[in-house]
Amino acid sequence: MGDPMRIRARLVGDVADVRVLMAHPMETGQRKSGGKVVPAHFIRQIRAELNGKVVWEAQISQAVSRNPVFAFKVKGAKAGDKLSVTWEDNKGDKRTDSITLGAS
Amino acid sequence: MNELRRNFLKRTGGLSALVAAVITGAIKPADALAAARNEAAFKAESTADALKALGMSGATNSTAIAIRAPDIAENGAVVPVDITSNIPGTRSISLFVDKNPFPYIGTFDVSKGSEPYVHVRIKMGKSSDVRVVVAAADGKYYQASKEVKVTIGGCGG
Repeated sequence: MGDPMRIRARLVGDVADVRVLMAHPMETGQRKSGGKVVPAHFIRQIRAELNGKVVWEAQISQAVSRNPVFAFKVKGAKAGDKLSVTWEDNKGDKRTDSITLGAS
Repeated sequence: MNELRRNFLKRTGGLSALVAAVITGAIKPADALAAARNEAAFKAESTADALKALGMSGATNSTAIAIRAPDIAENGAVVPVDITSNIPGTRSISLFVDKNPFPYIGTFDVSKGSEPYVHVRIKMGKSSDVRVVVAAADGKYYQASKEVKVTIGGCGG
């Protein structure tokens, strides 16, 4: 299930400037610890929804840094809208967190 | 987060709408990025092979793609990259690090309601070109690259 994401958004006109911090090890499967290869464990897919409609999607590899940070700009947003972000990793683990825009 | 809410989101979320749209033929399968992960591209060990797997070979060089990344990254484990595409009708932004063991970092689909911009932090094993390929609404691909020198690698640490 993972730890909660930290989602921040700033409305500039009707564009939401979104910044998301995810808690995830993003293990590449190449790193060794105590002589053993640490198995790959990384987020593969991310989706952002504005009021339930997909507005941003990403497919990523293990080469995204640990505890990934993403920023993107959602169009057609206004205060009170619900923005949710979902990630899914290579072990099938998922997490969704949401914020309400304009409320800080 | 409780199970009920999770299922509720799953059933009512945009994904199911997307799947339904694909089934009814409302949108082309190519738009259903979430549905199909291009494993061949992610496993490719050269940028050329990854581009081939993605059907992005032969992208036109463009100055309308702005890549902001450090000239010298002291820590290859966290290299911030800011990408803005000024190409009209930008649909997606794909990122590659030529000299990483697996160069394809990922694709960001901005076609469904986001501006053609993304910020991401990536791992770089050694100094390399960071390459961006933009898919535009005209069906063409455009690319730009920037060299980033890495003093301490971020892979294998």
